Amino acid sequence: MIAETGLAALWLAAGLAAYQFLLMILALRSSVGVARPMRAVAVIQGVLTLAAFAMLLLVFARSDMSVALVFENSNSAKPFIYKVAGAWGNHEGSMLMWVTILAIAGAFVALFSRRTGERTLVAALGSQAILALGFYAFLLIASNPFARLFPAPPDGQGLNPLLQDPGLAFHPPTLYLGYVGLSVAFSFAVGALLTGEVDARLARAMRPWVLGAWILLTLGITAGSYWAYYELGWGGYWFWDPVENASLMPWLAATALLHSINVLAARGALKAWTMMLAVIAFSMSMVGTFLVRSGILTSVHAFAIDPERGTFLLVLLAIYVGAAFILFAFRGANLKEGAPFELVSRESGLVVNNLLLSVILGIVFVGTLYPLFVEALSGEKLSVGAPYFNAVAGPLALLVALLVGIGPLLSWRRERRPVLGLLKVPALLGASALVMSIIAAPSIGILPRAGFAVAAFLLAASIMPLIARNPLRAPLATWGMVVAHFGIAIALAGMAANAAFSSERLAIAKPGEILSVGPWQVQLGGVTPTAGKNWTAIEAELRASRGEGIVTLTPETRYYSDPPTQTNESAIRTFWNGQLYTVIGNQDSSGAWQLRLWWKPFVTLIWAGGALIAIGGALALIGRLLLSLRGRRREPEWRRRYA
Amino acid sequence: MKPKNQRLVLVIAATGALIVAVLLAMWGLRSRASFFYTPADIAAGKAAEGQSARLGGMVEKGSVQHEADGVTIHFILTDGRATTPVTFRGIAPDLFREGSGAVAEGRMERGTFVADQILAKHDERYMPPELGNLAAEHKAGKTLEK
Repeated sequence: MIAETGLAALWLAAGLAAYQFLLMILALRSSVGVARPMRAVAVIQGVLTLAAFAMLLLVFARSDMSVALVFENSNSAKPFIYKVAGAWGNHEGSMLMWVTILAIAGAFVALFSRRTGERTLVAALGSQAILALGFYAFLLIASNPFARLFPAPPDGQGLNPLLQDPGLAFHPPTLYLGYVGLSVAFSFAVGALLTGEVDARLARAMRPWVLGAWILLTLGITAGSYWAYYELGWGGYWFWDPVENASLMPWLAATALLHSINVLAARGALKAWTMMLAVIAFSMSMVGTFLVRSGILTSVHAFAIDPERGTFLLVLLAIYVGAAFILFAFRGANLKEGAPFELVSRESGLVVNNLLLSVILGIVFVGTLYPLFVEALSGEKLSVGAPYFNAVAGPLALLVALLVGIGPLLSWRRERRPVLGLLKVPALLGASALVMSIIAAPSIGILPRAGFAVAAFLLAASIMPLIARNPLRAPLATWGMVVAHFGIAIALAGMAANAAFSSERLAIAKPGEILSVGPWQVQLGGVTPTAGKNWTAIEAELRASRGEGIVTLTPETRYYSDPPTQTNESAIRTFWNGQLYTVIGNQDSSGAWQLRLWWKPFVTLIWAGGALIAIGGALALIGRLLLSLRGRRREPEWRRRYA
Repeated sequence: MKPKNQRLVLVIAATGALIVAVLLAMWGLRSRASFFYTPADIAAGKAAEGQSARLGGMVEKGSVQHEADGVTIHFILTDGRATTPVTFRGIAPDLFREGSGAVAEGRMERGTFVADQILAKHDERYMPPELGNLAAEHKAGKTLEK
């Protein structure tokens, strides 16, 4: 009964989405008055979809094995939290979650958005409705999450134990919130292109959504990177796996959009440009969803292959992206450009930022999709990995990081202040980091070395916008920018340190034997069996020392019974200056165990930097929201002029 | 700058960026893409010596041998038509076992595939797409033989 209620709610929501889209068409042809029920319809649609998702959570929580999805992905012996998380740890459930977030985002726009003109809002809600409708159709036709099994089997087939992990339980929702937040920017852009009202008010209506989505994508990518780092046991933090790229591409586009939207909001310039980026950002979200959900790419994460669903998603993607681009082609050229600016100005700096980010996005996009095209055209199979992405995108990313230190110091419209004076100290720091790295570590690669130099430069340069004025008087959004840019420097330093100074040891050891890695002496104490709720394991006791005191690490190999699977659980110990990372492998015939040990100096800076970037975004978001709550009366005169 | 010129400059910059991205990507892909081979492809001499590549197949039953250092293994990958010897130094993944599918990443060196990384199937239902095709082709071949 619960499952049927969920399905019914989904059908109703689909009907309402169709009605909402119809209202938009009618309203744009005649008058906005026609669309008076629009806000209410959008809210009810959101509530219904949320109800459907709640029903899915309920059947998973109750382990109702008569629902096919529960049977395939759950097991009554699983810990409760993973039973619930299992609801979105699979294809159908995650697509339902996606559309739920989409519909709720639409409801929030309907409830709270008061900034744009009424016509643009109606058009944006219509666009949001047609997006949702496509995904409702996908669920109802090609992946019904509520399908029943008859007779109901006694117990489920469990969830892959690799996926039984808090990181993975909360990772997809974070990314989905980010993806779908970009759908609102897309809908606002489509709405504004339809009505021609592309102005600063629109930018300010879009900005909180773009910022929010960008923060969540940043968090999702950072958390996903740490998850891959400790869970895969390979010691790496980014594998250029297509699934990782699927989240990186929307992030790159959203980062560009986030910067250009500020130009539109502050100066009324870069109109067509910003609309284009809004369309691209959500297109990248859909490309990401398509890549992950269609199982089309070879990938360590890839799910089962199902051509019907893949084709359905591809058609949806083609319709939405195609329609948005056609709309852009017809309307984008007619937009009046806003305030002019000089070649050296904040605007130009942001244009350069956008261009470089777009080039990086293009490189990642081509590298990720190239294998598909080659296979489709010639049948040949190939993969593109770290050697390509690091060599081609790496130097450009460093260039972006370098310019991040300079751009925020430029003033709007025309540069008048002597910026170079402010950059003396950062430039000196960067140069001395370069010289020190050559003296202290002559044999490291070019990229890590340049990484150190740029990181040192940016550490100082990123805080200059605060030093150039009274820091306490600076708006919260400026603080946010500074924190985020400082985070880039921190993350970059971590990546460079990890690439340059990590040491690895792979060997076998019998209990009592000592292995050395970096400054550490690691002794294998003993290997003992242990057990958890639905797994048994062998656990190694490692005693590590580098002179002062002994720390104990316990890496495990776990065996799950349902389905039968074995996983390596790494044990990681964090110190102020790095991480000791240990993995236990298999036992050989002589009784010795395989051990893999890493000493990774300052590797944690990578994720600390990612977190800082997200915190910076959050500060900016809070600052903007507070400002808008305080009312628009005190808006500077020039803003109103370009609005 | 006049607004009209400004737009022109922006359009040219955007087009330039697009072209630069595609050119850079093409340049990078020419030497850095790693092709997927099956043991039959290797036997036909398709994989160049030392070029980074991926090799997929089934781990032949009884072929896994451990070296004395405890961390190097030798095994044979097969696609039912040909076999390729593989050497791997490291901890084999959780799901790597004889008789099931695996993909090795590495390169050919003097007749042996030297792997840096081994990927095994993720769970019962997951197959690398390449191996999925392989199984289907293999079946189709058998049906034709009959």
